[in-house]
Amino acid sequence: MASPPEQLVQQFGRRTIAFLIELARVAALMRRVISEIGGLFRDRGLFLQECVTLGTESLPLVLLVGIFTGAVTGWQAHYQLEGYMPFDLIGPGVWKSLMLELGPALTGLVIAGRVSASIAAEIGTMKVTEQVDALESMAISSVRYLAVPRIAAMTVMMPILVIQSVTIGMGGAAFVLTAIMGMSGHQFWGLIPNFFHLYDIFAGLFKSVFFGLSASIIGCYIGFRTEGGAEGVGAATITAFVWSCITILVLDFVLAIILF
Amino acid sequence: MIEVRNLHKTFGEKHVLRGVNLAIQTGESITIIGQSGCGKSVLLKHLVGLLEPDAGEVVVDGERITGARRKNLYEIRKKFGVLFQGSALFDSMTVEENVSLALRTHTTMTAAQVSERVTECLRMVSMEGTQKLKPSELSGGMKKRVGLARAIAMQPAYILYDEPTTGLDPITADSINDLVIHLNHQLKVTTVVVTHDMVSAYKVSDRIVMLHGGEIIFSGTPQETQTTDMNIVRRFVTGEADEHPYVITRYK
Ligand SMILES: Nc1ncnc2c1ncn2[C@@H]1O[C@H](COP(=O)(O)OP(=O)(O)O)[C@@H](O)[C@H]1O
Ligand SMILES: [Mg+2]
Repeated sequence: MASPPEQLVQQFGRRTIAFLIELARVAALMRRVISEIGGLFRDRGLFLQECVTLGTESLPLVLLVGIFTGAVTGWQAHYQLEGYMPFDLIGPGVWKSLMLELGPALTGLVIAGRVSASIAAEIGTMKVTEQVDALESMAISSVRYLAVPRIAAMTVMMPILVIQSVTIGMGGAAFVLTAIMGMSGHQFWGLIPNFFHLYDIFAGLFKSVFFGLSASIIGCYIGFRTEGGAEGVGAATITAFVWSCITILVLDFVLAIILF
Repeated sequence: MIEVRNLHKTFGEKHVLRGVNLAIQTGESITIIGQSGCGKSVLLKHLVGLLEPDAGEVVVDGERITGARRKNLYEIRKKFGVLFQGSALFDSMTVEENVSLALRTHTTMTAAQVSERVTECLRMVSMEGTQKLKPSELSGGMKKRVGLARAIAMQPAYILYDEPTTGLDPITADSINDLVIHLNHQLKVTTVVVTHDMVSAYKVSDRIVMLHGGEIIFSGTPQETQTTDMNIVRRFVTGEADEHPYVITRYK
């Protein structure tokens, strides 16, 4: 019998190994997705359908998050700058915060939650009811049929959702600052062109592509790995949600270092 | 012909298959019986390569499916139709879409030809006219029938049935048995049934084998199965749980 500290170390070691094994399996799934991406043209119907269910149907949530984020960012920027800097700088400040960080990261977290959990639940249900086996037994690749369209759809839709979120966020900020704080429209929008860099848009969207990719891959992976009936599906949903959020936070940090 | 050689499968600590040897002849109707949880479904999934064994191999018509490349594996799988235990219909699709999926994916048939084939398959299982229904609108027995229609859509050489009658009332179960026999005789399909329903096993099979302790311990005709003096088999087919005789004694 190992002493308690030894047990702790053993447990830590076991968990690390288990984690690394899972990571290797995610990588294996990614490799299969890449090798079967060619089927996407033939399955464009599935792809478009997923663009609608995963992307378009997330839009209300995205817009809600966007408008509130913009409004709060504008309001607080006003408070932070008051007495130190000219209010003309609020506009560019809000723009950069939203485009570089808040848009991609908050949209990423909200959508990752929604999308990866729903992908995990869908594929997980199919797994435990043997529908995945049924597909495979009909010589149809479950990765090609279930994972590729979802992952491709999310990767394409995520930057589009972020653009929409940032756009409505700027609207939200402009609204609180002009209608409530009494700034003029020109004061809010005036300096933005001077601070506008195409690179910012690129960077924000670059991040969002990775967020969409990772959330959907995690959802698929967790879905395929689901065991044990309805209970297993419930657990898979939560696991997918948690891991895609963690992944997005870590990726956000890593990409920030790479991009800026 | 399907040959299973020395098949071993372990899940975690659980050694489910412990050296299964079995040869399934073309055209025969074979039933694998055994207690719930003894590994019947696991064995069945190995026959189509849905599970990879830890040791041993499965050979279908001379081609190894164990360790086969994915592309070859898919080619071999096209010879199979599988009816899963819970039917496993795609619940996002209608009956018609379920039955036609393989046809639309693997053949160059026109929409009209596909639709005609779907009707034909549904007629064979007495489910014509249900094309537009969703699986959630079907009863358990109807789901099995549609699952069967889907399994035969590509005119497979082998049909695998995982507990086709479990959970059905005796009359519906019997109609499924008739279908199994009909498909075996009419379409000359090699039939592998997994079940613990002895009524069904006697009715549909040319040969019955028993899976016990991870091995095939018995093989014989239905007649031989009924008259065997092998204790485990006799106990299973008569449904006596005499591992705990004292329970029965006390109950009496
Ligand atoms: N994917 C799996 N992971 C872990 N254990 C499994 C898996 N599939 C089957 N088993 C275990 O293997 C044993 C045999 O299962 P199964 O073949 O489904 O039994 P049955 O004979 O009732 O069809 C059971 O104990 C089951 O828990
Ligand atoms: Mg079973």
